[in-house]
Amino acid sequence: MTLRRTFHLKTYLLIAVMIIAGPLGNVLLGKGMKHIGELAVWPPHQLLHAGLKIFTTGAVWLGIVSLITFFVAYMLALSWADYSFVQPASSLAYGVVALLAYWMLGEQISPLRWAGIAVICFGVFVVSRTNPRTTGAPLA
Amino acid sequence: MKQIIIFALIVIAGTGGELCVSRAMKKVGEARSFRPGAVAQVILRALRVPWMWVGVGMMATAFFALLGALSMFNVSFVVPVTALSYVAGAFGGAAFLGEQVNRQRWLGVLLVAIGVTLVFLGNR
Repeated sequence: MTLRRTFHLKTYLLIAVMIIAGPLGNVLLGKGMKHIGELAVWPPHQLLHAGLKIFTTGAVWLGIVSLITFFVAYMLALSWADYSFVQPASSLAYGVVALLAYWMLGEQISPLRWAGIAVICFGVFVVSRTNPRTTGAPLA
Repeated sequence: MKQIIIFALIVIAGTGGELCVSRAMKKVGEARSFRPGAVAQVILRALRVPWMWVGVGMMATAFFALLGALSMFNVSFVVPVTALSYVAGAFGGAAFLGEQVNRQRWLGVLLVAIGVTLVFLGNR
């Protein structure tokens, strides 16, 4: 029983890290890319120029660091919980993305979009009540 | 057309990459400790699984497609559209990783998909 509770606590802790670091990363990338503007990817020298611009933008790097934090938490979570549990559970991140885009970038978000986010959160609640693991224990 | 290609790249390469990474991590085994040394060891072990490299390659492709999309559209539009990967993820988890996606989980995934659709329509 205690083991089972520790297992759930670990999983939810990692999901909390995921749903903050992931959206923050996306919003920072968005900030950086908006700053750069629309990119041309053809001919090849334009692609090089675009790449150079991307990797000399501070916000993009901050976004990448945030996404790496997300990715490490995600890998650790996936090592003991099912992909089809972790992925939907992490969809709370869509709410966080909208909040951060609104606060940090001043994006306008319509009522229909907020309604959609509420439905997503309900879907997440339904998913999170199922068993996080259905395949056998990994070799250990 | 450019939009369709870029979002298809994000969704297909992203989901495919995550499935490969998940498959690799199942092989690596459970992370038992959060000490930096132990975490580093798990990462090093993961890098020796070929599926991890296939997954990382696909996720890198998806990442650059995401950067392209973010240079054209708002974050609060791009990110919800990429959630199309939930449908792909549930099917992929069942087919590729042998996970049992029961009816309740399918219902949750369906609700998430409906929510994502509303978010998408709210952009119009």
